[in-house]
Amino acid sequence: MEAVLRPLELLGRRTVTAVAALGHAGMLLAESLYFTAWGWRRGQPVRLRMVFEQMRQVGVDAVPIVALLSLTIGVMLGIQFIAALSEFGAESQVVVAAAKSITREFGALITGIVVAGRSGSAFAARLGSMTVSQEIDALAVIGIDPVRYLVAPALIAMLVMLPVLTILADTVAIIGAGLYSAGPLDMSVGGYVQQTVRLLEPRDLWEGLAKSGVFAVLITLIGVATGFSVSGGAEGVGRATTRAVVLSISALVVADMLFSFFLNR
Amino acid sequence: MPMASQPADATQAVADAVIDVQGLEAWYGRRRILHGIDFRVMPGEIRVIMGGSGSGKSTLLRHLLGLQKPRRGRLRLLGVDVARAGPDELLALRRQIGVSFQGGALFTSMTVGENVALPLREHTRLDENTIRIMSRLKLEVVNLGGFQDLMPSQLSGGMVKRAALARAIVMDPKLLFFDEPSAGLDPVVSAELDELILQLRDAMRMSIVVVTHELESAFKIADTITVLDQGNVLMTGTAAAVRGSDNERIQDLLNRRPREVSVDVDAYLRRLTEEQA
Repeated sequence: MEAVLRPLELLGRRTVTAVAALGHAGMLLAESLYFTAWGWRRGQPVRLRMVFEQMRQVGVDAVPIVALLSLTIGVMLGIQFIAALSEFGAESQVVVAAAKSITREFGALITGIVVAGRSGSAFAARLGSMTVSQEIDALAVIGIDPVRYLVAPALIAMLVMLPVLTILADTVAIIGAGLYSAGPLDMSVGGYVQQTVRLLEPRDLWEGLAKSGVFAVLITLIGVATGFSVSGGAEGVGRATTRAVVLSISALVVADMLFSFFLNR
Repeated sequence: MPMASQPADATQAVADAVIDVQGLEAWYGRRRILHGIDFRVMPGEIRVIMGGSGSGKSTLLRHLLGLQKPRRGRLRLLGVDVARAGPDELLALRRQIGVSFQGGALFTSMTVGENVALPLREHTRLDENTIRIMSRLKLEVVNLGGFQDLMPSQLSGGMVKRAALARAIVMDPKLLFFDEPSAGLDPVVSAELDELILQLRDAMRMSIVVVTHELESAFKIADTITVLDQGNVLMTGTAAAVRGSDNERIQDLLNRRPREVSVDVDAYLRRLTEEQA
């Protein structure tokens, strides 16, 4: 009996913990949206200076690594599509295959993973160390809501910068695919890009951008919720940082799969 | 010197009290931490809350600061019922309260001056020049004039506590909380901080609540002392009354006598299982 009850008990406890974490993340989202929309009426505005600072950290500072990885992914896709489609004599389809897979899928996903690794972990580490050193308590007793001061600017910055980075990633990856594929397709890189622009439909871009919006919310909420729940000093902060990255990337991949399933049937 | 003596008119005392706690209970899971705490702090009083580790003084402080809601009982700060106050009422209350945390809790991404100026920037419409002048003045009050451009990591332990105190008093609060002011400081710096607390009360006429387990500091600054033990108030009285108490636990605390240690493994495991459930 014990052998049956114990796993059930464990499952029940984990379920309760997971539901509580989801509830906490939901509350953080609702409060952030509330302060963004109505905070100024209560004398608790979201500070633009904090939003711009977060936009710099989340977006501008990530440009080099996003561009480098996107270029690499673009070249890699060019190599794979040329190799696979030439077996069927369908090299001419390389442009459309690369364009759609980059804009619908890879641009948003690669950007999301890079930002989760950089900024999701940074949110968790920052809020975690602030929790441990009582800085979050200090904010609350000064009369500054920590969600308004720390979470809302991060969420707004993510919602603006992740789609912007995704557009950058799409552009650079397409150029990367063109750099490799233009030769075998007997066209210039400029011609490759022009053909890509002609073949792409607005829906392709919107699909990637919608994903990046959802990814922005997921990365922010997982990072800040993990940071707020830190206990146990510096070791706890380290554990939270790792947990935030693993959870964010897992959530991104699952969300991406669900998006693809519902939007491409 | 204002004292918390028992006034004839109890109703008037409740109305005047800056802190009025009645029957406060706090629980962590199934474990009760505070067992119906009662106490009252009057205007201009320095109240020291004293007790050993695990006595519940930190939990009591978190309740007083509104960081935790009481499970049972009533808690009024400056006439506001903390548990029932709405967000706007709580915000207005917090503007009249200053807190200096044990480790200072200075924001590490800001300079000392920015830390002190933060409450002014968030809660007032003063221009930047006035904010800068006011925060410099408060830093001078705590003998940190000229240190406004340093980062918290560049300060010593005593300086961090004084900077945190400057931030706590920058809005001229009516009520100031001080968590373990002497912790981690050498005796000279600790004595300087005690002196500063006394000067602040006299100069700014604020009520001050100090949570500490440092006996010397407590007896030096307190008008009244509340002694906590295992979530109960053992006594509230003047420093002389506490010193003269014949309560065994208080005398253990004053004379640093260790409690008799007996390990009941079964009881420990039982409690652990109950807490996990």
